[in-house]
Amino acid sequence: MTTSEMAVITTSASDRAGRDSLLSIRKVAKHFGKNVVLRDISLDVAEGEFLTILGESGSGKTTLLRIIAGFETASAGEVWMGEERLDRQPPYRRRVNTVFQHYALFPHLTVEQNVAYGLRVAKRPEVEIASRVAEALEKVKMSVYAKSKPSKISGGQQQRIALARALVNRPRLLLLDEPLSALDANLRRQMQVELKSLQREVGISFIFVTHDQEEAMVMSDRIALLRSGELEQVATPREIYGRPATAYAAQFIGHTNLLKGEVRGGTVRCGLLTWAAALPDGPALFSLRPENVRLATGNSAAGIVRARGRVRHQAFHGATELIRVECADGSVLVVRTPGSGGALNDVELEFTATDAILVRESPERI
Amino acid sequence: MFSRAYKAAVTLPPLVWVTVFLLMPYLLMFCYSFWSVSASQTIVHSWNLDNYGQLLRVDVYWQTLLRSMWIAARVTVFSLVLGYPLAYFLSFYAGKKKDLLYQLVIIPLWVSYLVRAYAWKTILGSDGVLNTLLQYVHLTKHPLEFLLYSPFAVVLTLTHIYTPFSFLPIYAALEHIPRHLVEASHDLGATPGQTFWKVILPLSIPGVVAGATFAFVLSLGDFLAPLLLGGPSGIMISNIVVSLFGAAYNWPLGAAISFCMLLLVVTLLVFSERLEKKWSFS
Repeated sequence: MTTSEMAVITTSASDRAGRDSLLSIRKVAKHFGKNVVLRDISLDVAEGEFLTILGESGSGKTTLLRIIAGFETASAGEVWMGEERLDRQPPYRRRVNTVFQHYALFPHLTVEQNVAYGLRVAKRPEVEIASRVAEALEKVKMSVYAKSKPSKISGGQQQRIALARALVNRPRLLLLDEPLSALDANLRRQMQVELKSLQREVGISFIFVTHDQEEAMVMSDRIALLRSGELEQVATPREIYGRPATAYAAQFIGHTNLLKGEVRGGTVRCGLLTWAAALPDGPALFSLRPENVRLATGNSAAGIVRARGRVRHQAFHGATELIRVECADGSVLVVRTPGSGGALNDVELEFTATDAILVRESPERI
Repeated sequence: MFSRAYKAAVTLPPLVWVTVFLLMPYLLMFCYSFWSVSASQTIVHSWNLDNYGQLLRVDVYWQTLLRSMWIAARVTVFSLVLGYPLAYFLSFYAGKKKDLLYQLVIIPLWVSYLVRAYAWKTILGSDGVLNTLLQYVHLTKHPLEFLLYSPFAVVLTLTHIYTPFSFLPIYAALEHIPRHLVEASHDLGATPGQTFWKVILPLSIPGVVAGATFAFVLSLGDFLAPLLLGGPSGIMISNIVVSLFGAAYNWPLGAAISFCMLLLVVTLLVFSERLEKKWSFS
């Protein structure tokens, strides 16, 4: 077993042990005719957890969310919430609420009536409805708009109402289908922070669907990376970034250098780069984050790998600089350094051998 | 962007058309309604309100107008009762058969009105299909007379003919309801029944209003169904107008009745448009 595999297994096990599982997705598959959208998805969501399902468009993330909400039926597999089999219940019996991508506010009802909707259909007493609605509107800072129609308020405000309308029912699990994708960048960042702190405050489990890896990193307790209907990796943001399990995970989340090489007799050889590693013989693929590569300092220590190359491109990003370096063997290394102070030409690079993470081509199936 | 000449060239023909074939006849009809017919059967251009007075004084006129409105009201209710569930089913539950069923609703509109009215004659008559069947299974001993030449026959026929007209706007309104609103309702715990009453019905009101307006206005002005199937008790206001412009040769009185109907219909249209606007949210 490799070190990276060991890391994945130990952390995910400790993760589960710490908290009770609220939702359990077991071997769920979905196909529309011959078109397979989801394949053998198993995933547990803990009580109070913020889990993000991250994937490109067409990866099946929205379908998975719709199966949990009850708008789609799984072709195979089961969804459990505690002791209750969820996937056999119609959506209106599930203690799950959804924040829809385009908010789906009822246009004929006022903001207040929209928020009260779930409590009204549940036939709660009017006094209770009034106080809970007021409280929910307060929580999303929308009390002033209580009497407005949804068409009269902005997208960001509609977003808050959609959130209040879902949370007022005190669901055990909140599903959010790319709720921030329609907002502009600034509002989006602001909402990310608000949403995260709101989630901590109410303590409800969130399943958040997005295609934006940065958003996933900022908000999530764990990320489930979905690729063409299959789970690629499920781990905390730090773990998935620092110890990506597959080449896809490494590339999708942040930038990376993928080094293709060969292990022979405890030595890794990727082009002109070589370092020692206790790995079995055979071809191997490594992910090396740009920020783990430095301009060489000249200090030589054990486990430091060096390479010489010519700067092909230098992009200034403010706090850091991205430099593309072409090595003598033609391979390209991307380096992220703090401001280098000017144009560079020939450089010597170095990185610590343990920062080159062994990744698989595709996820391992158990 | 467009030249003046071009604008004039495209605006003028419809303007001329509407003026010559719509506004002027209406104006002429309006004038006629104040004139009268002399003993020697010529139109006398004396301006007075006698025709309108007659409309209120002579029972048969206002009674027939009221009866026509009553028939039209029943047709409206029945066509909504038939058209709404049909539209609802088609829009929400028909799945892949949607287009086919939609065509089946539309096809009768391509069949001549006369054929459909006559068809009811052969079904409802004393030797008709229905009576023969009822007697054959010994439910009745004698033909049921009220089936044909009665307001019943008129309401039935008009309902048959105008239901597609109320179906269409309702169907269009239902098709325009974003499906994620229905999902949101279910998501918030509303059963399909609650969802219908709280979301689908309110959002389809504009279609219902448009459909009701179609059914009412079209059946109010109908004269063929009462002529073919109404008998003496099923006469409607348009039959009176037809005879006043024809055999009775009293164009001024006919014009006065027509103008009242026009006023009624325009009022109704204005009212229904306001209602539709009030209930539309897109």
